[in-house]
Formats: sequence, structure tokens, C-alpha cells
Amino acid sequence: MNVLMVLIPISLLLGGLGLAAFVWTLRSEQFSDPEGDAARILLDDDER
Amino acid sequence: MTATADPSGVLPLDKAPDTSDLVMLSVPHLHCAGCIGKVERALNALPGVEEARVNLTLRRVTAKASLPPEALVDALANAGYEAHALDTGIVEKASDPMGRDLLLRMGVAGFAMMNVMLLSVAVWAGAPGVTREFFHLISALIALPVVIYSGQPFFRSALSAVRARGLNMDVPISLAILLAAGMSLFEALYGGHHVYFEAAVSLTFFLLIGRYLDHRTRAAARSAAKELSALEIQTAQRMEDGRAVPVPLSDLRVGDEVLVPTGTRVPVDGDLLSGEAVTDRSFLTGESRPVMTARNEPVRAGEINVGAPFRLRSTAVGEDTSLRRVARLVEEAENARNSYTGLADRAAQIYAPLVHVLALVAFVGWIIASGDVRFAMNVAIAVLIITCPCALGLAVPAVSTAAIGKLFSLGFLVKSGTALERLAAVDHVVFDKTGTLTRPEIGLQAEGFDAEAQSVALALAQQSSHPVSRALAARLSHATPADVTDVRDVPGCGVEAKLDGVPVRLGRADWTGATGEGLCLRIDQTIIPLNQEETIRDGAEEAVAGITAQGLSTELLSGDAEAPVSAVAQDLGITDYHAGISAEEKHARITAHSGHVAMVGDGLNDTAALAAAAASVAPSSALDASRNAADVLIMRDELNALPALFTVARKARAISYQNFAIAACYNLIAVPIALAGYATPLIAALAMSTSSLTVLVNALRVRRVK
Repeated sequence: MNVLMVLIPISLLLGGLGLAAFVWTLRSEQFSDPEGDAARILLDDDER
Repeated sequence: MTATADPSGVLPLDKAPDTSDLVMLSVPHLHCAGCIGKVERALNALPGVEEARVNLTLRRVTAKASLPPEALVDALANAGYEAHALDTGIVEKASDPMGRDLLLRMGVAGFAMMNVMLLSVAVWAGAPGVTREFFHLISALIALPVVIYSGQPFFRSALSAVRARGLNMDVPISLAILLAAGMSLFEALYGGHHVYFEAAVSLTFFLLIGRYLDHRTRAAARSAAKELSALEIQTAQRMEDGRAVPVPLSDLRVGDEVLVPTGTRVPVDGDLLSGEAVTDRSFLTGESRPVMTARNEPVRAGEINVGAPFRLRSTAVGEDTSLRRVARLVEEAENARNSYTGLADRAAQIYAPLVHVLALVAFVGWIIASGDVRFAMNVAIAVLIITCPCALGLAVPAVSTAAIGKLFSLGFLVKSGTALERLAAVDHVVFDKTGTLTRPEIGLQAEGFDAEAQSVALALAQQSSHPVSRALAARLSHATPADVTDVRDVPGCGVEAKLDGVPVRLGRADWTGATGEGLCLRIDQTIIPLNQEETIRDGAEEAVAGITAQGLSTELLSGDAEAPVSAVAQDLGITDYHAGISAEEKHARITAHSGHVAMVGDGLNDTAALAAAAASVAPSSALDASRNAADVLIMRDELNALPALFTVARKARAISYQNFAIAACYNLIAVPIALAGYATPLIAALAMSTSSLTVLVNALRVRRVK
């Protein structure tokens, strides 16, 4: 039972971290151009 | 406008965005990483461009520049990309507040679902007594706020349906979610064995996926349609103190003197002040030959000036122009079509009452049978959860999204999910001729127009930016230009030059010394008239053959004369054709047809017909009003993908029906279990998740249509 008192808050914290990360991606408009972001990784930075 | 309200990652701006500096271009042929690199390099190399960024999903470039949009368009043309300037006032920023709101609610539900599921698995695995109650309470703490927050889109929609004394599919959804959460809270507080928190949260999550897909499809179509309107930048040239000043269309008043440059649309109705004007009225009459108007005679808004620049005194502006009057008729016809009820809504109208009655019967039945209200309530909620219309809320949007995405890759822009359903029912396809199946071009078959004459014509045509010259130059790309000197562009007449000392002219018939109308080439004393002829659009033949092969009947309705119409019909293998049909007759014929008609057309004379047809298709080159009236826009120049439009639509409908059948099968198995009182939260969760996943995976099969 004692181990649950530690593990449950940890699992909630990790879930909360994931949610916070998702909210951050949403706020920084990372879903506005999915096709472009997929293609951009192929671009050579030196050329641009 | 504040910087915080506009966190558009499209263009990271240091200071508050100044829209006058923002240039937006539509670049339809962007498709890969190489394109992004080339376009951004080409634009960033221009002095005066601060930052250019490509959005590949929207096929759009946003740049912060102190240059006019035309400079950027030219730079892209040099890099090999066709680009069009967009009116930044019409096109919204890339951000989509509604979509983000749905995504956020979906994300919250998703993360809560994972945590609640984690706790539920322990309970299902047999966690005893105190641990179980403890886990139930933690689940309640997570699930209740999440259900209240994430479920709002459904609650709001259900509430408005109930207020209007109707039922939509959000009513059973909301009831299932709220009752499951409420009953579970009661059970958790009083130490019950079964709670449905994970069912309430995962239902919300799955259905929000469907809701988001649906929203994204609509938003994409809306923004693309807006983009097309933004292509026609709404300015006109008003004469002020003898100078032409560009002003917004909305600033024009009756009595203004307006200059109409060559190749542009007449912005207002008006009386001609110049000596004469030659305009293309094909959008109104369907006739491809230019029409001459004399001084003081009326010119109507929407006609294209194909002759010299002319001036007119406006007699009607804005909403009063003949163009807008027709457009209003179209809007009325469209409203009639919007009464079409989508497949999902029709199914929901039958399904929702059925589910409610079933749950009520279970509740009353178990009270009578056992006298245990708590148990009866549990059974009724299990029935509601299991029958929750996931297939309707998730599968139909998933199928339309997949089908519309597939059609987009084939060059079609579908404006709504119901358009697909209407296309699937089509059994008769009506085509317009001019601008749809054919394209007007200058003929090369004229007598005496040999290789030498062609090379002279090319040399002259290349010197002018007139649309007719440009079309002729493109047509003669196989020839080599002759070596001409002393080239002079005579505005409104044509181009003249010297070839080895001999005068040569390319231009209007009367200017070259010929009689009649049209374009003529004159070499010394020889005059060669170049006739307008129509060429059949690429892929039109395959399109008609493919549609016929699918068992659909075809028909050609044109406002043009008998001879050209029958020639085109014979070339394409259309046996049922009618020439000299007016806009009203087209509309009447389509309304009178007994079957489901699809109209393919582009002109203003087709607009009423487009709106009246069960489903309608227009090329993207069509007039604004026609594009608005059409359900589907063809974004490419060729027509050969047209049969695939109908195939994909029918496949999408078939898969939607399959999904209903799959969902019905799950219900047939799970509902009796629930009614008998054997449904545990585990069974409910399993039935719901597997049926949702099956219909989703099935929906993706639409993409595999050849």
C-alpha cells in the first residue's frame, strides 16, 4: 500500500508532464503545417 | 491586433505584425522538400524580402517584404513555380482557434484516459477491498473534471438540439457520458464494485477524434475556397484628374469614370466612354466569340476586356451589378440544396430514440424484475455506453476525411462531407462546353500560315504582354522566332516590326488592313487571318469515356451554336447534346431531370445549374460565383481524373455503410449481454474500443481506391 502512495503521484505527474508538453506543442503552432515539417527534415541547412 | 493574440508560427515576427508588409502567395505546385528549399531561397535572395516561409500543407508562402506581390510572383516564375498573389485581407492567418480548442480538449481526454485506464486495469485484475475503493476515488478525481471540460462540444450541441425539440447524435452521446460519470461517482463514494470512469473518458476521447477530423475537413475546404476568392484582388482603376488611380472595388460609386485595362474583368456596370470596346462575354452567354460594344452602349460587370483599354461611366456598382444579381439567385438555389441531411444525421434520427427507449426498457424491466434501483440504473447505463453511436460520430467523419484527402491528392477540392454522399448517388452527368470541356485558342490551320509566317508571328507575339499574344506565343513554342527589327507595340492595335526591311504587323483585323474581326498577321501585302478555334481540354476524352464506363449517362448543354457543339460532342463520344441553351434552360433541364444529376461547368451561365444539380463540379479557372456554387473544384488543368471522383465517392459511401454494419454487429453481441446485466466495465470498454478502432481502420481503406 505504501508503494502506491509513491507510485500513483508519480504516474499522475508523468501524465501531467505529457499533457503539458502537448499543450506546449499546440501553443507553438506545431500542427499548422504537418506536411511541411515532415519535408523540412530532408533539407540541408547549409543550402538554405 | 496584438502580438499575443496571433502566435502564428507561420512567420516569427519580432514586432507587432503589420499586415501591409505581409505578402501571401498561393503556390499550387509545391510538393516536396526540394520545392520548399528552392522557393525560400529564391525569395530570401530578393533584396526587400525579410523572411519567406512556405506552408506545404496549404501550398502557400508567407513573406514579410517591402516589395509589391508582383515582384515575388516574378521571382518565383523565374525559379519555375507558378504563383498567385493573395489578398491578405480575405485570407485568414493559418491559426484556427476552433481546431486548436478541439485538439486541446482531445489531448486532455487522451491523457486522462491513459491514467484512468492504468488504475482500472488494476481493479479489473482483482484489486481487493480498500485498494479498489481508493483507486475508484482517484479515477473520479481525474475523470470528472476532464469529462466536464472535454465533453463540452457534445453537451452544447445536444442542448441546442433539445431546445429545438429535436434529437441529434450528440444527445445519446452526452447522456451516456454524463450518466456514466454521475453513476460511477455514486458507486465510488458508496464502495460499489463497478465504475465506468474509463468508459466515460475514453468515449469522450474517441468521439473528439471524430469531431476534430470533421472540423479539419471543413476548415480546409473553407480556407481553400476563401483562397480562390482572394486570388481576384478587388481593385479597379478610377480616373481622377486624368490619371488612373487604383482603388478598392468597394470605393467605386455610380458616376465614376473607370479605366478597364486589357485582359481584366469589367468591375462595374457602365456606359462606354471610349470609341469602342471588345469584350469576352462567354461567362454570361457561353459564346466564345468576343463582342464589340460602341460608345454610350452598356458594358456589364464580369465581362473581360480582350481589346484595347477602355473607359466607362459606372451606372451600377457593388451589389447592384448584373453580376451580383445572378450571384444572389445562385445563393437562393444553394440554400435549397443545403437542406440535404447527411447520412450520419439521418441515421442518428432513427438511432437516438431507439437507444433511449432500449435503456429505459432495461431500467424499468430490472426494477420490476429485481426491485433493485441501483442495479437497474447500472444496467441502463451499460446499455447507453455500449450503444453510444461511435460509428456515427467517429466513422463517418473518418471516412470523409480519408476520401477528401485521397481526392485532394488527385487534384480535387471537395467542399463538404455531404458533397461526397451526393456525388455517390449521381447517375447522370451534364457538361458545359466552353471553358469546361474546351479551351478557346488561336487556330494554326489558317491558309498561308506556313512555317515562315509562324516564325514571324512568334517573333511579334513575344514582344507583347497582351493575353492573346501570350496565348499565341505559347501555341507556337515549336517554331523559332524570326529575326525582326524596329519592334513597336501599338496599344490597342497590335505589334509591328520590320523583317529584312519589310513591314510586318500582328494585331486587330482593321489595323492590319483586313476586313472583319479577329486577329490577323500581315507580312508586306499578304494578310493571313488567324481564326479562333477551340481545343479540347486535356483528358476530356478519357473523362467522358471513364464516366460512361461506370454506367453513368452523359449530356452536353451549351449556349454556343450548333456546329461547334456537335463537333465537340462527336469528338468526345457524347450522343446527347443540345446547343443554344440559355442559363435558364440549363437550370430548368437539370431541375426537371428525374435522376441525380451532377453538373460540370464553369461560366456564369452555368452557375444556377451548378447550384440546382444534386452535385456540381467546376474547374478552378471558373468564375468566382461558379466556384462558390460548386461542391467540388478541379485544381488541375486536365480532366482525366474526373471518373475517379465518382469512384471514390461511391467507395466512401460503401465503406460508411460497412461501418454501420460493423457497429451494428458489435451492438447485437454486446447489447443482450448488457440487458441481461452481465456487462462489466471491462466488457463495455472492450466492446467500445474495438468497435471504434475497427471502424477507423476500415475508414482508411478509402485511400486504396485506384
